[in-house]
Amino acid sequence: MEKNISTFKELQEICEKTGKPIWEVIQIQEAELAETSIEELRVLVKRSLDAMKDSIKSGLKSKEMSISGMCGDDCDRLQKKFVSEQALFGKTFEKITTYALAVIEENLRMGKIAACPTAGSCAIVPSVLVGVSEDLEIPEEEQINALITAGAIGRIISNKVALAGAVAGCQAECGVASAMSAAALTQMRGGNISQILNAVALALKNLLGLTCDPVCGLVEIPCVKRNPFLAIHAVTASELALADVKSKIPLDEVVDALEQTGNLMSPMLKESSQAGLATTKTALKLKEKLFK
Amino acid sequence: MKQTSLIDIISPVMVGPSSSHTAGAIRLGLLAKNIYHEVPDKVTFKLYNSFAQTGKGHGTDKGLLAGVLGLNVDDVRIKDIFNSDIAKSIKYEFQYLEDFNRHPNAVDFVFEGIRNMTVSGNSVGAGEIEITKIDEFSVNLTGKYNTLLLIYKDVPHMIARVTNSIHVNIASFHCDRYAKGQEASMCICLDGEVSQKVIDFLYMLEDVYMIRYIEKLGS
Repeated sequence: MEKNISTFKELQEICEKTGKPIWEVIQIQEAELAETSIEELRVLVKRSLDAMKDSIKSGLKSKEMSISGMCGDDCDRLQKKFVSEQALFGKTFEKITTYALAVIEENLRMGKIAACPTAGSCAIVPSVLVGVSEDLEIPEEEQINALITAGAIGRIISNKVALAGAVAGCQAECGVASAMSAAALTQMRGGNISQILNAVALALKNLLGLTCDPVCGLVEIPCVKRNPFLAIHAVTASELALADVKSKIPLDEVVDALEQTGNLMSPMLKESSQAGLATTKTALKLKEKLFK
Repeated sequence: MKQTSLIDIISPVMVGPSSSHTAGAIRLGLLAKNIYHEVPDKVTFKLYNSFAQTGKGHGTDKGLLAGVLGLNVDDVRIKDIFNSDIAKSIKYEFQYLEDFNRHPNAVDFVFEGIRNMTVSGNSVGAGEIEITKIDEFSVNLTGKYNTLLLIYKDVPHMIARVTNSIHVNIASFHCDRYAKGQEASMCICLDGEVSQKVIDFLYMLEDVYMIRYIEKLGS
């Protein structure tokens, strides 16, 4: 059994040596590690992709509020806005932002989602992957390839940094989700390996230090709105990378910086709701109201 | 180094809103149910610390109950579990506590019925869980392995007698005892599966009081 690929340098070398794209190298390796076939592995990936599409559909139709009553109707608001006035950046932008709100709001009302990579960041990959593949008419097999690419990126990052707000802040949840989306998008648009890895590096570099300071300790404020923001962030990273803009700092070193930043981040800003947005005057009032 | 798989990163498919506070709670409930192994008359859920403080907003209470009732992490009935017919089969109660000696996301399941049993565990992040205590015994169950759990009399050769009868590879092994010569526990995580025949054989061994074969949780 082959050793799990643990750095991006290693991944790039294997891809270049074998002439295979990231998804193909990874699906062979993952199937071997899980002692399963590539077909069976792709069925599991498709299961996650299908769950993403279902969560978009149900999320777009609902404006039911969360248990706390704080969030749940912003997707509806945004859809109405786009009906009356188009987005400045066009239809794909509209899709990505509304899909992101649809999925994350579906999550907080206890709907079914794919935690990719976590529940609080679950809308970023689906909104970019599904939104763009609809507009560019990307076939399902290629969507699966893109999701494998995204998963591979997340897996290699998670070798160094646990993808949890309590460990490394939001940079390790929504941040990594955005980097994974940048990879998926660049893959779908025909980017080469170097462009895909640069998209990831550019996305990650530009959100280092993002803290996790949820109001009332709930996956709602600021998580809900952060999902569409970081979905669009992924598109910026992909556009730059496809123009062969390169991250001057190699991706593995960016991940090292992410890990170090996570370690240096105060525990008060890592999912404990002891600082930041969570202890603003308004947040404390909301908390008092909610827990009385 | 911990090896996460690609599928771990892009899933699980679950009901929201939190991997640790919702999916983790459901998985803790499922594992606790498998350990108790009977239909309880009543379950008291004691939620600690962050589980107690943010549990309601995250549906942690619903998740714990749903798990005990056998619902999986992607079951959409969990949202309305308190009003569903499935929840009418048992009595249940929630207690919200603070104890900073416990994990931030800790829970005790107090089962009452044919047998009384307390199962304690933690949700350790990203939907991963651990059961750390069954009654007075420390254990180490994560739901990732098929596990044999034995309560027996603390006498020489017990470990050899048990392991000699299992013909699958042992992934991890954990023993604890109440006091020398009294009740002891053995928790054996396995790479493969053991047959009912082996379980029956182990149960017939002298000085074995209780045996559970706890199958690993699906992802």
